[in-house]
Amino acid sequence: MTEFWQSVARGLGNGSIYALLALGFVIIYKSTRVISFAQPAFMLSGAVLVTYLAGEVNFFLALALSAVAVALLALSVERVAVRPMVGKPVFVVAIITLGLDIVIRVIVNGFIGLDVRQVGDPWGLRTVDLLGVPVQQRYLAMLATTAIMVAALFAFFRYTRFGLAMRAAAFDQETSLAQGVPVGAVFATSWAMAGGLAAIAGVLVGSGASVDQNLWIIALKALPAIILGGLDSLGGAVLGGLSVGLVESLVGTYQADIAPWLGQNFAVVSPYVLMLLVLLIRPYGLFGTPEVERV
Amino acid sequence: MNTLLERRGTRRPRGRPLLYTSYKQDMALLDTPAKRRWLIALLVVALLAPFMLTDDILQLLAVGLVASIGAIGLNIVTGYAGQISLGHAFFLAIGAYTAAAISGDPDGKVIGFGVTSILVWLPAAGLAAALAGVIVAPLATRLRGLYLAVVTLGLVFLGEHIFKEWDSLTGGPGVGRPSATVELFGVRLDEAGAYSKEQKLYLLMLVLLVLFAVLARNLTRSRVGRAFAAVRDRDIAAAIIGVDLRRTKLLAFAISSFYAGIAGALLYTVTGFFDPGSFNLLLSIQFIAMILIGGVATVSGAIMGAMFITLLPRITRELPGVLPFISSESKDTPNVFQVETVLYGLLIIAFLILEPRGLFGVWTRIRNYWKAWPFSY
Repeated sequence: MTEFWQSVARGLGNGSIYALLALGFVIIYKSTRVISFAQPAFMLSGAVLVTYLAGEVNFFLALALSAVAVALLALSVERVAVRPMVGKPVFVVAIITLGLDIVIRVIVNGFIGLDVRQVGDPWGLRTVDLLGVPVQQRYLAMLATTAIMVAALFAFFRYTRFGLAMRAAAFDQETSLAQGVPVGAVFATSWAMAGGLAAIAGVLVGSGASVDQNLWIIALKALPAIILGGLDSLGGAVLGGLSVGLVESLVGTYQADIAPWLGQNFAVVSPYVLMLLVLLIRPYGLFGTPEVERV
Repeated sequence: MNTLLERRGTRRPRGRPLLYTSYKQDMALLDTPAKRRWLIALLVVALLAPFMLTDDILQLLAVGLVASIGAIGLNIVTGYAGQISLGHAFFLAIGAYTAAAISGDPDGKVIGFGVTSILVWLPAAGLAAALAGVIVAPLATRLRGLYLAVVTLGLVFLGEHIFKEWDSLTGGPGVGRPSATVELFGVRLDEAGAYSKEQKLYLLMLVLLVLFAVLARNLTRSRVGRAFAAVRDRDIAAAIIGVDLRRTKLLAFAISSFYAGIAGALLYTVTGFFDPGSFNLLLSIQFIAMILIGGVATVSGAIMGAMFITLLPRITRELPGVLPFISSESKDTPNVFQVETVLYGLLIIAFLILEPRGLFGVWTRIRNYWKAWPFSY
């Protein structure tokens, strides 16, 4: 049973990282109707920035600084490469973000080099006893960070003036523009928020482990999470992220005994299988809005 | 040749080559004398090339010709039919492994059936990939736009996993297996004989590319091709005027995957060896880059883009000589490999923002400038 609960803790911990990334994807999708494939690059930049700041300042300060810096990076990227394409087909914009991802990632990789870097987190691999189950502290930290971020985001969208503006712009861009909502600022803010969230996620991935050039692959696992939850549902993104983490962790723990023919590392691709299964049943994800088309 | 160069029936008035007097003339593949002349000139140059160029450049060009077949395939599903596919690498892999398994050495370490005739394994590779395309297509009929993009992206990851694990077929990551054995009517094309290996493979790829390019071009002006365009432009409107969406999307995926299978089967015959790790997301992105840089929904654009992307590494490798701060060693920063990858990204962005019609659009603009010269503005 200990093995099961440990696996659950690991799943929820990693799942909360996917949830943070998925929130970024969904925020950008809701405001601009585009899936930004640049999220992996922002995640990697956040993590790498912290590895450079770690020795200089406190870990939490480094985390905040890196989130702000990556948010600014995302903001400028949106301004330069994405804003000129407003009104163009979403496919074109999505491919532009794919190109952006490649460019940013190669540049950031230059700062990683061939060695692995540490984020200098205070948790390491220490465990804490939780109802008789030894749970790694870093998973609790991931869960807590995500809980705080999610609460802050939901409060922002629910109670602030600009949050309301963002919801309005997501609902109907032209009408909200006519009502005086600065839609351009909404685009910029959504990119900045997504960048900041990705940076925090990147640092959390690096905690207890290390930062190397392959870190970005993890960000793509948020894609099954958003498809699972539905592209335009913030709650769905959080639930999708957590369930993707759980499935991955449980498959990793038990698949070798139950279904060894699936091969080693099947856990890594299990989110994609889950995504395909859900989509066959519900083409708009579990919480997504079915698109009503009129000609 | 009648459909290519329509001369029968209504004749054009003398001296008016651009005046069309029948629908057949209007729909002809080579509808202007300029197109005919350029194509013939291009084919002559392409046929003479293997006897003029050195083997290493020929090898690169042969890869470019194969990549063009794959790019035309991706253009059919993404450019013409408007279904965004990031899963092209998966279909390439299926073609590559089908061909390699059928023609492989029966006594080797990996699966092989020893049927080396290209007439057997090439169609088989195409059909196997097309079958995979047919299996994936139902997802495309249920999903739209970016949902489909993400699902096809998932397909690449699943495929990569399967091929890495199935080491009795693929040799496993880091080991790989020999690619398909190219034999035509008892003649080995992948071994040097009277002509070098590169010359023979180049000519084979050239013939196949011309064949598949003409087929694709012909497809796009047919009823099916128009159905593709209708689905791309507005799928609901297309359904209302009587286009069967499910059938059309299925066809688009099947044909596109067939092309990918053919390209995958041939792609590694030039180098002779391949690794399951090479069918990753980057390969899919390279193919996306080919059609975007070349020109979406054009056959000649796909070929231009494929050639451009294939020759790009060769060009960037010359950079350290010109710009001394770029290193040719992979352990230094910045090195040529980084520059190459950044260039993929930057070129995709630049073309999409500045010239969405790609190299084909650049060519059209140059052509129109000179056509109207000296009154061009």
